[in-house]
Amino acid sequence: MTTAVQGSRSRLPVLDRRWLTPIGVVLALVGAFLLMYLGSCSTVGAGTCDRFSQGEDQFINALTVGGMYALIALGYTMVYGIIELINFAHGEVFMCGSFVSWGLLTNLGFTGPISDPLLLAGVLVLAFLVSMVVMGVVGVVIERLAYRPLRNAPRLTPLITAIGVSFILQNIIFVGISNSFVNSPQIIPNPLLELGAIHIRLINLFVIVLTLGLMTALHLFINRTSLGRAMRSTAIDRDAAQIMGVNINSTIALTFFIGSALAGAAGVVQGLYFGVTQFQIGFQGGLKAFTAAVLGGIGNTTGAAVGGFIIGFIEVLASTYGYGRWSEAAVFTTLVLVLVFRPTGILGQQLADRA
Amino acid sequence: MTTDTVPTRQRPSTDGQPLLRLTDIHSYYGNIHALQGISIDVFRGEIVTLLGANGAGKTTTLRTIHGLIHPKKGKIELDGRDITTMPAHEHVRVGIGQSPEGRRIFSRMTVMENLQMGGYSRKDKAGLHEDYERVFDLFPRLRERRSQAGGTLSGGEQQMLAMGRALMTRPTLLLLDEPSMGLAPILVEEIFAIMKDINRQGTTVLVVEQNALMALGAADRGYVLQTGTIVRSGDAKDLLEDPEVQKAYLGG
Ligand SMILES: Nc1ncnc2c1ncn2[C@@H]1O[C@H](COP(=O)(O)OP(=O)(O)OP(=O)(O)O)[C@@H](O)[C@H]1O
Ligand SMILES: [Mg+2]
Repeated sequence: MTTAVQGSRSRLPVLDRRWLTPIGVVLALVGAFLLMYLGSCSTVGAGTCDRFSQGEDQFINALTVGGMYALIALGYTMVYGIIELINFAHGEVFMCGSFVSWGLLTNLGFTGPISDPLLLAGVLVLAFLVSMVVMGVVGVVIERLAYRPLRNAPRLTPLITAIGVSFILQNIIFVGISNSFVNSPQIIPNPLLELGAIHIRLINLFVIVLTLGLMTALHLFINRTSLGRAMRSTAIDRDAAQIMGVNINSTIALTFFIGSALAGAAGVVQGLYFGVTQFQIGFQGGLKAFTAAVLGGIGNTTGAAVGGFIIGFIEVLASTYGYGRWSEAAVFTTLVLVLVFRPTGILGQQLADRA
Repeated sequence: MTTDTVPTRQRPSTDGQPLLRLTDIHSYYGNIHALQGISIDVFRGEIVTLLGANGAGKTTTLRTIHGLIHPKKGKIELDGRDITTMPAHEHVRVGIGQSPEGRRIFSRMTVMENLQMGGYSRKDKAGLHEDYERVFDLFPRLRERRSQAGGTLSGGEQQMLAMGRALMTRPTLLLLDEPSMGLAPILVEEIFAIMKDINRQGTTVLVVEQNALMALGAADRGYVLQTGTIVRSGDAKDLLEDPEVQKAYLGG
């Protein structure tokens, strides 16, 4: 009955458009590595310094830190995507997550590396599970008490309660646990692994695999499951979602649960990788992750993941070139530049857009 | 596309308990008194149309039925059951589906995902697959474009998708808000033919329309809304002949 007019095919017959993204990613990674390679050894006298392995270390360090920022950034972007709120308490959720894992590991009596692989695996699973579930629930409670009652209020109001919630969480840790740094057990042993030409420490490998795994799981959840579709539809048109039978209150709660659980996971990573935590790390960690979310396009989950890694690279590059004390300034300059010149971010403003 | 083999349609009975009954409904937007005590009955198997000028309150009526707005006064019953305070997301489960004003399809989701959203509350896998096929048979264009983003469809295709999505809820009562809006005349005919088809297959329809001539031609009965009150109601044929209605809505 209808004759479909076939649109003309892509003008690049060899290079299918599907390949543009992976090729771009590979080029960006190679470029980042080159920058690190060239910057290595700039602060110490050459000769004794192996540029390649230094560059390699920095590169892996950037992927690890970037992965942690990406995990936090996903929560900012998911919440913004669904209720257009910047959840400024989110950095504090990350901070509390690091304390949950600290409390659990120290109470179980661990102080250093666990050499028994089975025990190590069990303890890691436990630490992540507990921190993610606890922080997920905290996120749901924050939404219920501080944001839901204000859903139809002027947009500035929930922003103010968000800052209030931030202070409350900081205060709980400050008064209840410690007003300064606490040492978090680094339970992952630290041998240097050789995977072909790549030298990588176990903790870095673990964090990189974990973050990529969580991101893939989130991506599949959002794009392939019925609940994920409910989340996306609520983000696009709340009334239309409701008439399809979506309970938007529980969908929004689910979004807070997932976002906060990912921040809880990032909190565990903070303790395992850096070995310390403190009641104020949520502020800077949160702000960097927020920068990552804005950089990738707030509301866009793929963008948040990409943005997290870019922030990791910017930060590590700054120290590679001997400007380590300026790394924060570099990250926030990026935030300002993005907000001024490209407020919708690199990938645009969509929840779970298929990249 | 229409099933010409179906025997001539029996006029549904308007005795007994209506499928949907609105009694003295008052709805507000803040201080604006948008519905000022309207009563409407829709009987099982009927096509009923709700007519009225811009701003009369037609969309508000559908939103009120669907629980997106809760009336300050009055009662909504579905099959005798009081659903006045039921939350919006539970309406699909009692058999109310809607193609809303302005289509409201999920722009950044594919055609297929939009249809899946229509089936969101359903658990019957087999029935769902049957209904995807039924929707694709009614709207072959959607089958061709199943993996295209909803927002990139043409206006007419979006209207088909909005109707298909509503059908995926497998409604006993289908609410249609201006299904002909912005469509070329030939497509309007097609949409109305499909609506009659859906009705013949057993779905009761309450349709809001600007296009009074088409709507009254297809409907069994009609109501005319004016600034939040019902000013006329009756058989579609009688409304077509009514000089007041002709003057106001049929340009006669
Ligand atoms: N969200 C809202 N806030 C305030 N007033 C509203 C809102 N929506 C509708 N109204 C008002 O309620 C009245 C009824 O609107 P409604 O949308 O139901 O009209 P309608 O009959 O569907 O009109 P149209 O044919 O233009 O779609 C109008 O006066 C309108 O201005
Ligand atoms: Mg309307």
